[in-house]
Amino acid sequence: MSATEATPTAAARVVDAFARRHRLAWGELVPWAVAVAAYFLFPDYLALGSQVLATILFGLSLDLILGYAGIVTLGHAALFGAGAYTAGLLAAHGWGEPLSGLVIAAAVAGLVGLVSGAIVLRTQGLTLLMVTLVVASMLYEAANKAAAITGGADGLSGMNVLPVLGFSFDLYGQTAYWYCLSVLFLCWVIARGIVHSPFGRSLTGIRENERRMHAIGSPVYWRRLTIYSIAAAMAGASGALIAQTTGFVGLDSLDPINRSGAILIMLILGGVGRLYGAFIGVPLYMILQDRFAAIDPVYWYFYIGLVLVLVVVFAPGGAFGLADRLLRRVRRSA
Amino acid sequence: MSDAALETRALSMSFGALRVANAIDFRLEPGARHALIGPNGAGKTTFVNLVTGALHPSGGRILMGGADVTGLAQAERVKRGLVRTFQITTLFRGLTVLENVTLAVAERIGVAGGIVRPAGRRRAVIEEAYALLDRLGIADDALRLVKELAYGRQRMVEIAVALGLKPKVLLLDEPAAGVPSGESGTIIDLIEGLPADISILIIEHDMDLVFRLARRITVLVQGAVLVEGAPAEIASDPRVRQVYLGEREHA
Repeated sequence: MSATEATPTAAARVVDAFARRHRLAWGELVPWAVAVAAYFLFPDYLALGSQVLATILFGLSLDLILGYAGIVTLGHAALFGAGAYTAGLLAAHGWGEPLSGLVIAAAVAGLVGLVSGAIVLRTQGLTLLMVTLVVASMLYEAANKAAAITGGADGLSGMNVLPVLGFSFDLYGQTAYWYCLSVLFLCWVIARGIVHSPFGRSLTGIRENERRMHAIGSPVYWRRLTIYSIAAAMAGASGALIAQTTGFVGLDSLDPINRSGAILIMLILGGVGRLYGAFIGVPLYMILQDRFAAIDPVYWYFYIGLVLVLVVVFAPGGAFGLADRLLRRVRRSA
Repeated sequence: MSDAALETRALSMSFGALRVANAIDFRLEPGARHALIGPNGAGKTTFVNLVTGALHPSGGRILMGGADVTGLAQAERVKRGLVRTFQITTLFRGLTVLENVTLAVAERIGVAGGIVRPAGRRRAVIEEAYALLDRLGIADDALRLVKELAYGRQRMVEIAVALGLKPKVLLLDEPAAGVPSGESGTIIDLIEGLPADISILIIEHDMDLVFRLARRITVLVQGAVLVEGAPAEIASDPRVRQVYLGEREHA
């Protein structure tokens, strides 16, 4: 019986391959190398670079709930804005220490996520999309009305952000860049850990087939609420980063269409459910936006929409999906 | 009389004026190989949905091993060993076969909510899932995506996922539905080989499969139990023949 003798090794091989999926691949370090290189290559664009890094964090947080748990939302701006306004209000009222401000902002956004998620996650599909939009719109209008606190449509100014770990925020954006990069890296480590944990795998199960998850006894609602709150805290951290590094919070940080919609488009451009979609999608979107606005300052959004349609039709899975298919074709012909 | 593995008492359910379950009294004995048959629209799948907790009954009780589970959520019943498969394959299509079963095993053991350690470090969970696939003879496909498999194979994964939950009571909803007739024998062999201590209820259209596997048969018609008995009694029952006359001719 050579078959039975061969079985244990075959089994061990399969189990090994399966158990090793969380090991770090070299390719996963590329974005960090690029980010560090960009610091030295483009010293004049560090302020923009910080915005890109913070926005990548926003996209990463959206990927956790959309790409892994399958929660389709237009309310992600609510959580971003909650973090931005928390950090902004703290800095405007004498709490200028950025790290504690960041942590408090993330906690507040996480709490907003927990409370709003407890309600909206009872719904699904189109209803879920609508109620998340409603939550974001309500927060937007609340911030607009509470002008005495938030500055309303004029935005919140008068923030005084103190140095972070002794480094003051300079005009060139050097401190801001390292600050944003460090926070993004930390959140990426956390997000990556979550994705590869049993909890993260069960989220994928929920995305793939919710009925089956119920049938294997999974507490689907609680799993979704947990990841929703964690992603909310990360979105809040992203908002706080932008508030602290620009010294300003505007109503646009809560804008459900422009803020939630744009980050959704960025993620789709890069690729959903891959952890790295935002790392490509966000810079790609910003470059496209810049180029299109130069060509057509009024209707540039039309071209963004056109690109989105083309991606959805011809390159589902975004840049990563396209790369996957090209690689497969190359391997097949090799 | 000892406690049944699964029992329903006067289980009822209505959609508006339509009574889809009409005071169903049913007992599944420990270690049973029991089939639930009936024409289309008899309420078989509704019965499964009521028992598993996907639907809530408008009246009656459901008991497992003598304990009332009527008010328990679906997940709670699964934890007590009440497991189902689906008539239409309901799997994680974009994930590998091994992942499908691993998810079930992790939920059963109670480690599926863990967030700190990587899933790959829990080797025992993966090894158990793989061993199960090996036992069912589908380990070759462990690392393939479910959606790439032939439908007959997917039906076997469907059963593998259920077994990963170590069921006490297993409800098989048309396990051979949609499988080419040449391959249904594999499914039957698989079901015949299941551990004797699992109490099995098979909901099925395919009479060959029913008469090969079942030692007891319940016939459901219009949401109510028409008759229950040993296969030979059911086969010779004039009422059953009348209900099935049309169906058996084109079967």
